[in-house]
Amino acid sequence: MEHEIFMLNRIEFLLHLADNALIIGHRNSEWCAHGPALEQDIAISNIALDYIGQARNFYQHAAFLINELPHESSVFSIPATEDTLAYLRDASAFKNHLMTELPNGDWAFTTLRIFFFSSYQYFLYQQLIQHEDAQIAAIAEKSLKEVTYHLRWSSDWVIRLGDGTTESYQRMNTAINALWPYTQELFQENNFLQPTKNILAQIQTDWNEKIKNIFEEAGLHLPEKSVQYQGGTKGFHTEHLPIILTEMQLLQRVYPNCEW
Amino acid sequence: MQNQQDVFFQDKVDKEIRIEPKDWMPEKYRQTLIRQISQHAHSEIIGMLPEGNWITRAPSLRRKAILLAKVQDEAGHGLYLYSAAETLGISRDEMYHQLHTGKAKYSSIFNYPTLSWADMGVIGWLVDGAAIMNQVPLCRSSYGPYARAMVRVCKEESFHQRQGFDILYTLGKGSEAQRKMAQDAINRWWWPSIMMFGPKDDESPNSIQSMKWKIKRFSNDELRQKFIDVCAEQVKVLGFTLPDKDLKWNEARKHYDFGTINWDEFWQVIQGNGPCNKERLDARKKAWADGEWVRDAATAYATKKTAKNKAA
Repeated sequence: MEHEIFMLNRIEFLLHLADNALIIGHRNSEWCAHGPALEQDIAISNIALDYIGQARNFYQHAAFLINELPHESSVFSIPATEDTLAYLRDASAFKNHLMTELPNGDWAFTTLRIFFFSSYQYFLYQQLIQHEDAQIAAIAEKSLKEVTYHLRWSSDWVIRLGDGTTESYQRMNTAINALWPYTQELFQENNFLQPTKNILAQIQTDWNEKIKNIFEEAGLHLPEKSVQYQGGTKGFHTEHLPIILTEMQLLQRVYPNCEW
Repeated sequence: MQNQQDVFFQDKVDKEIRIEPKDWMPEKYRQTLIRQISQHAHSEIIGMLPEGNWITRAPSLRRKAILLAKVQDEAGHGLYLYSAAETLGISRDEMYHQLHTGKAKYSSIFNYPTLSWADMGVIGWLVDGAAIMNQVPLCRSSYGPYARAMVRVCKEESFHQRQGFDILYTLGKGSEAQRKMAQDAINRWWWPSIMMFGPKDDESPNSIQSMKWKIKRFSNDELRQKFIDVCAEQVKVLGFTLPDKDLKWNEARKHYDFGTINWDEFWQVIQGNGPCNKERLDARKKAWADGEWVRDAATAYATKKTAKNKAA
């Protein structure tokens, strides 16, 4: 029984990592063919593709663990696959951070979100490399290479827009005010985050330091006080997630049990 | 003098010696290439829209990743082709301007809507298939930068074509609804696809000169026939049919005979009256306009940084 709870927590943790990657990947993929310059269109599509890849790796491992559970205790439909997990769960079962599901807004909002989120992933994955589950460690190691690029690319944009024109500076500030209320949720503890409990505080310290440094270079400031939203990891989402899922899950829902 | 240069130029072309950016070339050769390469680049960029449309709705994560990578490849093709055109003395911004103002054309095929997932399969199989048929000979185009860009483009296109075929093959083995979805997509895309080879040879004004300059190697009708012959066989493997009651093997010609193409529709779409002409162009113009402040900021930042580095 204890082992089962342990495994269920691990599965939830994997789904949380996968959902984060899938949903932010979905948002970034919406830019494909609509970017501000051809080179940036390619860059953001590439980032979206990395995220979809991370989601697939985490879902596949989650599916493997789900299929190993004793049948009577499984709350998941079996056999689970990466696609049943991505396409057949409702919004309330998704455990992504709220930040990832917000609409793209403009280029400032989009690049700032990638900056905030990839900074978080950058420090998180460095910890997960040492995870006792060798598969999680391996996925983290592979993903860290990608996230390192996402972080560099998005830092460059935060600096460029912060220190660009008056308009870009203003837009970056608007984006900071809109996104900041969703940043602290990244460091919220949660049952299934237990394996990372002790490390979240360290990640938060590293994250704060990173944000501070880049903002300084960009001539940007952190908001002094702001409301903080949370709930994503518990399945309480914004109105945007069900809309994303309606679109994403369309074919699987309309034509159930098909091969594609 | 001019005449001698012309003779020398044609001699090089005849000997299959590649023309490079710094070589002398007739002005009309340069203009023809700018028109053709930029038109091709625009087609890649506009072509991202009908497929990009289905990335968020792809029915499995694997298909989603493949489609996203494919549309990203198209952006890459646009990039090499714009760069190849730039070697002829036109800037990318100027080419965009020509696209946005309707002066430059792009492949009419992208003015048709993508209405179902099966369209992703058909675009890969037929549209990319037709593009490959057109483009493989361009790898031997007389103009070096264009020929080299096309080598890479063709490699990636052949992946896309196989991926499209695979989507249709899977749908063909699927449920009744999936088979219906696929047949419907084939029915909608078949005729526009065979129109991709351009007007009939006797109505293609630029062809003769382009063949002489070895920008073009085969005529529109030759390529179209070759494409139809290939597809008529492949469609059997897929288990679907092509929507042409006159499609029949002709033993004497050793080719498939096919029905009459609706050239009126072809010219209508070229003139801007296709189902999605306005939407496609508006989407590109919007992306460009929305991105202006971003590009301005990047330029302003780069200028500041250069100044700072100089001062240091």
